Amino acid sequence: MLKQPTPESAPIIKKRISDPLPVQMALIGLTLLFFITFIFLPLGLVFAQAFSKGWEYYLESIREPYALEAVKLTLTTVAIVVPLNALFGVTAAWAITKFNFRGKAALKTLLDLPFAVSPVIAGLIFVLLVGSRTPFGSWLGEQGIKIIFSTPGIVIATLFVTFPFVARELIPLMEAQGRDEEEAALTLGARGWQIFGKITLPNIRWGLLYGMILCSARSIGEFGAVSVVSGHIRGQTNTIPLHVEILYSEYNFAASFSVASILVFLALLTVGVKVTLEKQFQKNSFHH
Amino acid sequence: MGIELQNITKKFTGYTALDNISLNVASGELVALLGPSGCGKTTLLRIIAGLELPDSGKIILEQKDTTNLPPRKKNVGFVFQHYALFRRLTVFENVAFGLKVLPMRERPSRSAIQERVEHLLKLVQMDWAIKRYPSQLSGGQRQRVALARALAVNPKVLLLDEPFSALDAKVRQELRRWLRKLHDEIHVTSIFVTHDQEEALELADRIVVINKGRIEQQGTPQEVYDHPVNAFVYNFLGNVNVFHGRIKNGKVTLGTHHVDAPDELKHTEERASQAFVRPHEIGISRIRSAETDLAGTIQEVRIMGGQIGLNLACEGFEHPIDAEIQRELYLNLQLAKGEKVFVSLNRVRVFTSDYEI
Repeated sequence: MLKQPTPESAPIIKKRISDPLPVQMALIGLTLLFFITFIFLPLGLVFAQAFSKGWEYYLESIREPYALEAVKLTLTTVAIVVPLNALFGVTAAWAITKFNFRGKAALKTLLDLPFAVSPVIAGLIFVLLVGSRTPFGSWLGEQGIKIIFSTPGIVIATLFVTFPFVARELIPLMEAQGRDEEEAALTLGARGWQIFGKITLPNIRWGLLYGMILCSARSIGEFGAVSVVSGHIRGQTNTIPLHVEILYSEYNFAASFSVASILVFLALLTVGVKVTLEKQFQKNSFHH
Repeated sequence: MGIELQNITKKFTGYTALDNISLNVASGELVALLGPSGCGKTTLLRIIAGLELPDSGKIILEQKDTTNLPPRKKNVGFVFQHYALFRRLTVFENVAFGLKVLPMRERPSRSAIQERVEHLLKLVQMDWAIKRYPSQLSGGQRQRVALARALAVNPKVLLLDEPFSALDAKVRQELRRWLRKLHDEIHVTSIFVTHDQEEALELADRIVVINKGRIEQQGTPQEVYDHPVNAFVYNFLGNVNVFHGRIKNGKVTLGTHHVDAPDELKHTEERASQAFVRPHEIGISRIRSAETDLAGTIQEVRIMGGQIGLNLACEGFEHPIDAEIQRELYLNLQLAKGEKVFVSLNRVRVFTSDYEI
């Protein structure tokens, strides 16, 4: 429960925190400058470049088969990675917040590892683990299973890079909510799955969705880890970011930026969903 | 017998929460587990509910050994200190929860559930809030809904874990009386945990005083209050003045004064003793009425509503003595800070055990 500020106290706070006008202007100006230089300007340039050869060339570049394959692969990866990481995130958050076990603190710290390690290294780890030159990788190859330079490798690398998002979002939320409601449900005769479905999941749903949005955004945009395991086979193992990079290195700037604009649209979409959810989330946590 | 606890022991790393506790609660009885925080009373309640497992011992509810049953098979109603209402569900859904999670063949029909929930909400006087969410209710209202929710599954036993401690004083008192009345109507075997001696004295049929994982004493509120078996119980059941002294030849020293030792300690050898007097059992007068009266000076006056608290410096006593008198008397005697009075210590209780207080 949040305490609402009383109407009487509001003006006092307002008076105290207002800085001199020049300071305010300087801070707002700096922020705006930063936004313009690092966000609006680059975004504008992406579109300027994308349309530099006209509408038709733009449409052609994004309708070209390799580009469509890249979009398909990226969306497939997201469709596999996000549900798996949601499942993993809920499991990990549940284990960490509801049980006491040895090594809990260490596990909580290790959750951040994918954020701390450079994505390139994350990719290399999997090459070293299941690449065709390793015993395990060659054994898999004999069974006809290819991981590196193929879709499974891309999915696994993306899974690794994005797995903390959901758990990170849920752990503080579930810690704050405690075990009381679950225990109450337990004494009222509910079974484990009933408690999860009727009590726990509704209580964490906004946090879960929010974590999944962040996870999707990162999955769509991941370059480093995917680049190492992909092998850059056009039409087969190229995700959108990789396709953009290939076009760019071939000096095909207009096509490169056209495809990049798809990433921008996807990013704007996720940010839009995120903002909507945040509003819902705030409204909900305010009421309850 | 409603609840039989046999030799319950529970250890956590570093300390023993419950040390070989045995306790019987008759069917329909309302029992208070009273003790300071950390004494193990909540752990005991959670063990009865199946939320914790004892290291050893047996829990028998209505003649059935339930020691190793999961909570959902125990048929126990539990009311939590912080209500633990389901925040995403309405009051109706909260109360109906225990019925809706029943397996299909045991589950009452939709209309039967509706009827039962409405009946229970009427019982706890919350039927007007059936469509509200917990966040729209006050603490006292939430706890009533929590009680209705616990009663919905027809529990054999109702367990309440400090049910009123999160409420403010006025609501707490109101709800306490209301719960007593409710219990007289529905007679479900109940145990409630509290650290508030007033609550236990007012509400319970029987009080079980617990300290450091052991039962110190059990009995009706009257018995426990009038005949505490040791210094801990006496001290825990109300405000006290403590006098450290010695017992010798059937007399107890209190400062420079002596009073007769209680019968059971008349012939004991000389030893350290603690004497206790409750502040409201101290007499104050302007004239000396007995040889044993002490001469004292009022150091401080505290207005506590109907009662007036006096802090008295008495001749021959190292520490000041606290007394509580009626406002009437205070006004009649025209007392004030610095005034001289005579103090009589009525009902001195003497214990020889070495309790740390």
